[in-house]
Order: sequence, then structure tokens, then C-alpha cells
Amino acid sequence: MVEHGDIRVVHRGGSKINFREPVLSHDSRLLLCASGECVKVFSSSTEECVHDLQGHTDLVTGVLLNPSNHLQAYSCSADGTVRLWDFTDGILIKTLVVGFPIYSLYASAHHNGVLFIVISMASDKRSELFQLAALHLPQSGDQLVEAREFSSVLGDVSSNPAAIAFGQGGEYIASAKGLHLEVYFFKKQKSYRFSLKEDNKKGAKNTFTCLSCHPKDDCIATGHEDGKIRLWRNFNHKREYTYSTLHWHHSAVSSVRFTPEGTNLLSGGVESVLVQWRYNQETQKDFLPRLGAAITHIAVSPDGELFCTAHSDNKLTVIQSCVKVSAVIQGLVKGESVRTDLMVDPRSKALVLNGKPGHLQFYSLQRDKQLYNLDIVQQEYIHESGLQQFEVVKAAFDTRGNWLATVEERKQKDSTLELNLKLWAYDEQTQSFVLNTTVSGPHEARITAMCFCHTADSQTTMLVSASQDGHFKAWQLAEAAQTEDEGPFWSCDFVGAYHSLVPECCCFSADGSLLAISFQEVVTVWSPASWELLTTLSQPPGAIRDLCFGRQSCSKYLLGTTAKNLLCCWNLLTCTLEWSTSMDVSLLLSDPLSENMAAFCSHAGCTDLFVFKPSEPRPLFSHKAICSGKVTRAVFAPREEMLESCEESSQWLNRSQLYFLTQYMDLMTFITKAEEDRLMASSKRLVIDDSVAVTPFYLLLGKHRQQQQEKQDRSFSAERNQLPQGSVAIKELLHTPAHVLPSASFLCSMFVRSLLISVTDSREEKKSEEEEMESDKEEESECEMEASTMGQGQTAEAQETAAPALTKAQARELRRVKKLDHSWLSSLLDS
Amino acid sequence: MASFKPTKIQVYPKLGEKVTQDTLYWKNYKAPVQIKEFGAVTNIDFSPVAPHNYAVTAFTRIHIYGPFSQEPVKSFTRFKDTAYCGRFRSDGQLLVAGCEDSVVRLFDVSGKVALRMFKGHTKAVRVTDFTSDRYHILTGSDDYTCRLWDIPNSTELTSYQEHTDYIRCGITSKLNRDLFITGSYDHTLKLFDARVNKSVMTMDHGQPVESLLLYPSEGLLVSAGGRYVKVWDLLKGGQPLVSLKNHHKTVTCLCLSSNGQRLLSASLDRHVKVYNTTNYKVVHNFDYAASILSLGLAPDDESIVVGMTNGILSIKHRKSSEETKEISGQQKRRPAYRVFVKGKNYVPKQDDYLVSKPVKQHLAKYDKQLKRFNVSKALDTALETWTRFRKPEITVAVIKELDRRGTLKNALAGRDERGLSQLLNFLVGNLVDPRFAPVLVPATEMILDIYQSVIGQSPVVDVQLQRLQDLLEREIGYQQDLLEVLGMLDTMAKMNTSPLTPHPPT
Repeated sequence: MVEHGDIRVVHRGGSKINFREPVLSHDSRLLLCASGECVKVFSSSTEECVHDLQGHTDLVTGVLLNPSNHLQAYSCSADGTVRLWDFTDGILIKTLVVGFPIYSLYASAHHNGVLFIVISMASDKRSELFQLAALHLPQSGDQLVEAREFSSVLGDVSSNPAAIAFGQGGEYIASAKGLHLEVYFFKKQKSYRFSLKEDNKKGAKNTFTCLSCHPKDDCIATGHEDGKIRLWRNFNHKREYTYSTLHWHHSAVSSVRFTPEGTNLLSGGVESVLVQWRYNQETQKDFLPRLGAAITHIAVSPDGELFCTAHSDNKLTVIQSCVKVSAVIQGLVKGESVRTDLMVDPRSKALVLNGKPGHLQFYSLQRDKQLYNLDIVQQEYIHESGLQQFEVVKAAFDTRGNWLATVEERKQKDSTLELNLKLWAYDEQTQSFVLNTTVSGPHEARITAMCFCHTADSQTTMLVSASQDGHFKAWQLAEAAQTEDEGPFWSCDFVGAYHSLVPECCCFSADGSLLAISFQEVVTVWSPASWELLTTLSQPPGAIRDLCFGRQSCSKYLLGTTAKNLLCCWNLLTCTLEWSTSMDVSLLLSDPLSENMAAFCSHAGCTDLFVFKPSEPRPLFSHKAICSGKVTRAVFAPREEMLESCEESSQWLNRSQLYFLTQYMDLMTFITKAEEDRLMASSKRLVIDDSVAVTPFYLLLGKHRQQQQEKQDRSFSAERNQLPQGSVAIKELLHTPAHVLPSASFLCSMFVRSLLISVTDSREEKKSEEEEMESDKEEESECEMEASTMGQGQTAEAQETAAPALTKAQARELRRVKKLDHSWLSSLLDS
Repeated sequence: MASFKPTKIQVYPKLGEKVTQDTLYWKNYKAPVQIKEFGAVTNIDFSPVAPHNYAVTAFTRIHIYGPFSQEPVKSFTRFKDTAYCGRFRSDGQLLVAGCEDSVVRLFDVSGKVALRMFKGHTKAVRVTDFTSDRYHILTGSDDYTCRLWDIPNSTELTSYQEHTDYIRCGITSKLNRDLFITGSYDHTLKLFDARVNKSVMTMDHGQPVESLLLYPSEGLLVSAGGRYVKVWDLLKGGQPLVSLKNHHKTVTCLCLSSNGQRLLSASLDRHVKVYNTTNYKVVHNFDYAASILSLGLAPDDESIVVGMTNGILSIKHRKSSEETKEISGQQKRRPAYRVFVKGKNYVPKQDDYLVSKPVKQHLAKYDKQLKRFNVSKALDTALETWTRFRKPEITVAVIKELDRRGTLKNALAGRDERGLSQLLNFLVGNLVDPRFAPVLVPATEMILDIYQSVIGQSPVVDVQLQRLQDLLEREIGYQQDLLEVLGMLDTMAKMNTSPLTPHPPT
């Protein structure tokens, strides 16, 4: 077996951004949302990701603006910590270690120094019961704080974060679970409980789904399973409470939200319509329809200007006061399953897979961003459960990305299968695909496989589709016969069958001269030029599951996997079996840029990966248990720039990268150690000027500037990150009057250390120094900042030096000195 | 926010022939004028000089018709037996014709009596033509010989006896006075040079040759015989270029359109086919009532004259340009173009502030109603009389969309007598159309389910339902017949592929 110590399986992008309610910053310029293990900060006007707030080690379960400082945000995570961030600059300020997984987080401006968190009732994680607890923030200025001081407020609350909200002036907190609404008054220390009957006469479900409290009035709006919204009033009495009902939604209301002034109530649900109700004039309502997918969360900016809705298709929509969609932030859409295979668009190098219903999404792997959606079905999507919709089930690109073929199908219970084969031509002008030909009913039964001919040089392309009706058809681009007004269109060129068996998979050889189609146990090899059956290959028992031609130097081999755990390799020159091995291959695919093949084998509940060359008996790389469950979708994506790895085990990753989807729809990839290090080094982000909106253009320009600066720095010295900051330190020293400086012997050791290049922990060193710079600029929140930066510096240096306390003292001294005279500082800032 | 996506109207391939430039050109003829001749019309020849009269050889007479007259301008009746192949000389002054009695007669177009009689053939003369120097006549006869005659002396110049069967067609070169080609029932075409005493080129057509045609450049020769039309390259020594088999009976006559771009062939299968001479594809087709023996095309394609075995001469005249304009003028009663572009071509000045207006999406009425989820109303709109009869695909598309939305039942239900009768009327008209059946059959079942309780209450609806039942019974009968035929065909196909390939054990 080959060593694989330096290749790891990692998650790559595509995490949910609609998991929790997004948060709009005070000036509505930034949008924070929990995304996997980090918090993403987007610009609400340009849709660009400004920062990734990284630090949590598990799923982030809540993001909240700090009620006492609007430039800071709290985030809580299932790793049992609450972190405080400066989100404009992307700096971690404080970490509170709670020790239990936290499911959601609440705060109110009227409860200073207290955070409200939802944790499990029992200490074990499996418990289904949750409680709301008040977490008293420790006053310690340290960066890492243990926060164990919490008291339970409400027992038995819902884990859904939308079901708890603070009331007017923080006087009470309302929580809904099941059929009960509970309101807890902080002053009286008393809670009231209101219950609804499970079902009313009409069979509607009264279960609470979400709630929101009016900011100025004693009113609680609750959303219900059956689409009703109830407005509760007078709830500070056990018996005299009242509620009124609003009904527009036809199924569960997933989010309700009052605007900050309390004039409007927003609600949304599966209909994907944002409804705006006037408070106290509930008959008047405004609609914003066709938002694309079911609304899961609604957020409102503190000034009420912008609304932000999160949608079930992993999308955030920024709406300007309920009339206009101003920005759409779209992540990777993960449906129930990927019916089309994973593909890479040869032009944009984007990953292509099923997206929204009836769409194909083009997802940039490098930028972790959806590039665009291609509407395949082109029909109005009706948001109604239980309705059979058209689904895109197959898609294929030709080699140059000029043509895209898609198959959509819709199967109703009793009627016949509806199939459409669509061929899309790439339009240079609009930079997207334009529908060229629609073939309705290309086959009589489901299409099992579809592929384009691979020839790169020839003018004509060919598409082959195989279907359960026992036929395979070849489609070719035909010139319009006589009429000039139509362009070329695709038409059927050949229909083939083999002993009325069902074709399962098809594959073209690299040069397009051979077509292999498997009919159960038999592989037939055809010549696409003359449609002659050249030969048949068979290795019973077991039907063929996957077929793959070798590439480049191995193009004489045809590989197939059978349902009876056999991987066979035929030599096409001799038409004999070259070798075969017994393994349960769930997926076999070939790298288009090299002769390597990857085989995913499911073995005892998890999947192993083998990368091999068909001509060599020994695998290049193998990795046991890359994930649990079966891998059925994977793709080789070409790299933007080749990796220069010489190690044998990682050479296969040089030209392309292998991405795969696990059973739970996680997108994973393989990463080498060298690459990981490089990524880490480049993760130092640009500090973006607040006055400039973060546009792609700005990022480009900023990068350019940075490079220029870098060049200048290089002329000074080889080390780039140390010196600019070092020079600042020198300037500080030189410009400060000598009589206010501490003694030279005191400063000398510090100065020398600042020039040292630390080898082991250069990264953290840099970071700490960078933060030092930041803290220089902000004098107001100095105490806290200082504590945090010093804390980190301490951890960084703790390993190498035995005298951290001295350093700390020295630094404090230096700061004290600096505070004496600010004139030199201002000039420094100008420079 | 995405905009509403309108209902997709399925585009069905147009049945019947496609409208091309050729179709438009060859359809642009008036209704045919039909003249009854005394017997089968064997030859039609247009005079090369204006006003382009044409000689029609039928039974024992040759009639000369003017371009627009329906009565013969002139008749030559002095034939003892059936006349053949009346042809004009290139100056339009003389006409030559063969006869069953083996005598070749030469007429002055203005006279009545034959100027010359050429005797020498021993059997019927079926082929006559003038050479390009105008002084000689070529004849071909059933006595297997072809001869050249001198007009002034009325003497026989040469005789070639190379064919071994009847000579039924021949043509002289327009560019060289010595060259001529004959086609015979011995399947061969022979190119003769009058300066030598034997044929210089022989081509095998493979079928008894019925007609010959030389391209204006005289590099290519077209021959017709049997079901085939063949094109030969004379400059490459008679190499066959194309063989066309588009008729299903013997091709009798060939003709070239005025610009030389189209070739016409007439056949006993009652069709005239028009070929494109660059790719030899059939671009148009004329149907006639009887088997066609002769075909003539006036210069500039002004008229197509066709003679048939039943003695009918059919003349089609091209529509004049005013007539075609008149028809198109009738349709043009819409607001002028400038009404629509009013103000759209305004170019903003330098300091103008441009207020952009969102582009308003235009939706059809049924789409507007679908957008508001007014399903019944949308179906009503789609069932409006004009749509229902002229654009049934729209109605079907709306029904399909409603079915996709799962609201078809709601849309179909709750209709009064008139509405239901309208709906049933549409179904009766379109249910068995194979393009619409997959959509309409479930809809019909749904209607029957919904309205089964009201059957027998309204005579109007009952009549429609009865019609629907009849239609379905008839259709089922057809399907059964078709399946039977299919079964028979399968049996025959299986019998023909005798060496059965063994099936693999499954």
C-alpha cells in the first residue's frame, strides 16, 4: 500500500448559509450569517463575501449583534463556545467557553451583561429537551474566558431559534413549543402559559412554528403549522388574554418578524412570497412574490431599510423595504439528491449539478460561490407540496463546452412518463447557454446514460443517449435543410439495439472512434463512423455498472465494473481481458487530463478510494474509509494552475482535483499538505477600507496594489511581512523624544526580538503583530483589545521563550509611553 | 425576484411540405386551362422566337397555340397516321414532324401543306429535329436507324444503323451542327458526329430511353428511361454523374427551367418533379390527373404545358406580379410601422437624465389568469372560439399546464351546458390528433368522471358525448386494423431475414 500521510480529505465549501437567521449590521452594509463552522460577512450591496470569521470548531448555531456595541457580534456554536467578533475587521475579540453545545443565542439591550442561550436540559448531548438559560458574562478582560455562571430561565423550550423572542423593552421573553406559548416576565419572575387545542374542527394544525414580539407594544405574533398567524394581546393575565388570527399562507408559516418601528409585520413560508401586514390594519397587505424558494428566515435591519430573507435553496435575498430585491447571495444548492452527475463546465471550470428544482447550477469551486443558475425546465414553479415537478435527471457537456445536453422528466402516478431532451448552445455574447433544440419524448422510457463524443478537433459533435426502452440513439447537429431562418438543429442520426437488452451505460473513447455501450452483462463496442458493431466483450456474471475508456497512454484499455464486485480491464487491441480484480466498486471515473482512474469502493459501510493507472498493477494512491456510506457522485476538476508535487502518492493531484459528494450531500475533496500550507499562508485577508464598497473590481485593484507594495518591500528585504511593521516600530522609537522613552537597555531586547524571524510559528506571530497595528489605531476600546492581542501574543510566544511576563510588562510600558504623546501617532497614521 | 414564466406552447413540426422559395415559385401559377385533344399528346415544343407559340402533337394532328389562346392558332392535319414529334426550327419558321407512316414532313409555319416530304425510313419516325445550322434534319425511327437529311435538296445525307432497337428520342447540339445524340429502347445513348460514319460515344442507361435533354452548356446530358433519370458528363467521356429514382413509373419527358437551375421530369405516374440541378434533390412536385407523356416550359417559365395520355392538354400560366401583390395587399390593414416606433428612436442629448423604466413583460391573457391562479378563467380564455379552432396547440398547452399544476380538475368542473358543450366540441375535434392525444385523453377521462352525474339531463351535451363515443369507437377500430397490418409486416420482415441470429441466453 502506498503511504498517504500528507493527503487529507477536507470539506470544500458549499456549507449552508440559510441555517440560521442572517443578521444585518447597524448601517445595513454588512450581512452576517452562520455558515458551517464559520460566520460569513457579506456586503449587502455587492453580494461579495468580505470576511470569514473562523474560529469555531463545530457548527455555528447563532449569530447576534452585540446589543451594547453595534460593531461587534456574538456567535454561538455546537462546540460549546460563544465568541465575540469585530465583524468589520474580522477579528476575534473574546471566546466564552460554556462547555455545552449551544443551540441558539439571544440578547437584549435591556439585559446588560447577560446572554440567553439554549442548551440541552440534561448534560448529555442526545437529549431532546432544551432549556433557555441566562449566561452571565464574566467581567474578566481575558481573551479566553470560562463562562460557567448561568441560570435556567425557562425549561422545555424549542430548539428552533425562531420560537423564542424578547418582548417590548426586554420586559418579557416569549417561547413557543408544540401547542404552548410561554411568556416569562423578568420583573415578576413569573411565566404564563397559553395552550391551543391540537386540531380545530377544520383539521388545521395549531402547532406553533415561530414567533415575534412587537417592539413597542404588548403584542406577540405567532406563526402556525396551518398557515395562520395569531396576534396575542393582553397576555400578562392568565385568563383574559386575547388573540386575533390572520390567514393568508396556505401552509406552515416559517418566519414572522416585526419591523423595528413595529408598523409592519413580515411573514413568509413555503409559498416563497414575502407578506407584509400593516400592524393594526391587517386587511392591508403587500406581497413580494416569486422569491425563488421557501422562505426560512426573515431579518430586518435595525433602521428598517433592508429586509433579508433566507431561503431553503441556500440563498439570502436582500430586499429594499418590501419592493425591490437588491441583492441575492446564493450558496451551493443541495437538493435531496443529485440526479445529474457532477460535471465540470469546460469553459468556466465550474461545478455543474442540480440546483433549484428545474435548474442546473454552476458553482465556482475556487470562489465558493454560485455563478449562475440555468433554467432548464422553463416553467413557472408552483410551490405546492405533493405536486410532481419536472426534474433535470441527466446533463452532459461536450469537450469544449459549446453544447450542453439535458434530460428532464416528470412521472405522474398514473400517466405516462414525460421526457424532454434539450440541447443548449453556448452563446458567446450573453456568456450563457441558449436553448437550441427540444426533443420531446426522445425515448419511450427513462434515459439511463448520455454522453457526448470527445473528439476535440472535429467540427461535428455527437450525442448518444441510452434508454430503458432497449434502444440507444445517436443525435447529430444537422443543418437546416432549406429554410434560412432557422439555424442548425439536432436530429436523430442512428437508432441501435442489441438483442432487445436494456443499455445501461455508454462511453466514448478519448479520440471518439469507439463507442462502448453496456447491455447488462455484455459490453458492445461500436464504430460511430459507420455504426458497425465491432465486437462484444463480456465477463459474466453480473451486469455492467460502469464503463470507462482509458486516456492518453492507456487509451487501449476499456474498464468496466460489474454488479458482482468485479473490476475488469479489457485490452481493445486484442479484445481480451487484461486483468480483473474483485472489489465492490460503486463509482469508477477517469481523469480527463491524465491516464489515472479513480475507483470508489464501498466496503463495510464506508468507502475506500483507489487511484490507479490501467497499465500498472499497483495503485498510485489508496485511502481507506474516506467517508461513511456510498459515494455515487464524484468528478475530476482541472486545476487552475498545476501543482508541482513530485511525491509519487500525490502526483495524481497535480493536474486535477477530485471532488466527491458523500451520502449526506457534503462536498469533499482531497488536499495535499503543501497545498494546505499555501492556502493557510494566503488566508491573510486584505483589510478593506470602509469607505469603498467591496466590488470584484475593487478586490482586483486592491490585489494589484498589494502586489506593487510587495515589490517595493522586496527591494528592501526578502521578508515581506516583518519589515513594514518593523519599520513602524523603528519610526516610533526614532520619533519619540528620548526623555519619555524607557531606558535603552530595556528597549533593546524588544527591538531585537521584533526583528527576529520566528520559524515555528510565523503565522501566529504575524497575526498578533497585525492586531497590534489595529489596536494602535483604535484608542477607545483599548483595554479590551489590548487584552486580547496580548493574550494571543502570549500563547504564540509561550513555546519559545520562557519570559512572557516580561514581554507583557514591556509592552504595557511601551503603551503607557505612547499615550503620553499623540502627535507623532497622527503623523504616523497619515504616512 | 424572478418574473412569471409564461406557459410554454409546444411547437409541433408542420405537417405536409415545407414552404421554401421553390414552393412559392412553382405555386405561383394560375389554375390550369385544360384543352381536350383528339388523342394522347405525345409532344409539346415551344417556338424559340416570340411570341413563343407552341406546337402540340396529338394523334394525327399538330396544333399550334398562341401563348394565351385556348384555340389553336394553326393546325396541321395532313397526316395519314399518328404524327410524332412536331418541332420548330431555331428561327421559328419551319416545323418538322415524323409520322407513323415513316414519312417525315416539313412545314412552313404559315402554310398548310408540307414543304418537303422525306421518305426513306421503313417504320414509324418518332424523332425529328433540326441541326443547329438549320439546313439539316435529324430523324430517328422504329427501323433502328437514324438519318440526316438535307432540307434544300430533300435528300438523305447519312444513315446510322447502330441501335438495336427503336429509337425513341434524339437531340441535336445547339452549338455544333454536326453533333447529335439519340436514345433507344436498346438502353443505350449514342453520340454521333456527322463527319464520321459511326457513333463517337455510347452510354448505357440501363432502361429503354424515353427522353433526352442537353444542358445549355452541352457539357451535361440528361436521359430519362424507365423510372430513372440519369445525368451524364459528356466532357468526361460519358461518365454517369447522378442517377435519380424519384418516380415510380416510367419517366417520359424532361425539361429545363429558363434559368437552368431546375430540372423538370414528367412521368407516367402523373407527377412532374422539379429538381435542383446543384444537388439533384426534389424541390417541388406537381400532380396531374392522368399519365403524362409530354411537358413543355415556356421561356421565363411563363407557363407549364403538360400533355397526358387521355388527350388533355393542361396549361398553367404564371400569375402576373399585380395579381400576387393584390393578395398580399388585402392582408395589410394594420397600423403603420411608424405608429410603433414613435419616440423610440429619440437619442438622448448630453445632459439628459435617463429614467429607466422596467421593461413590462407582455403576457397572454391566459398567462395573466394563470399568474393569478384563476384556473377556470384561464381555461375559458384558451377555449375561446378563435384559439380553439385556429390555434388548438394553445388550448392544449393551457390544459397541460393546468394538469401540471394539479388544478385541471378544478378548472374543468363547474361548467354550464354551453361551456361543457364547447369543451366537448374541442375534444371531439382534437382528441385523436396524435400530437394532442397524450394531454387530452386524461382530460377527457376527468371530464367524464366529473360530469357523469349530469348525463341525460341536457340534450346538447348528450349529442356531444354521443359524438365523442362514435369518434372513440372509430379510432379504436383504426388502431386495431393498424396493429393487424403491423403484425403482417413483422411476419414478412422476419421471413426475409432468414438466417436468424441466435439470441443469447438471458
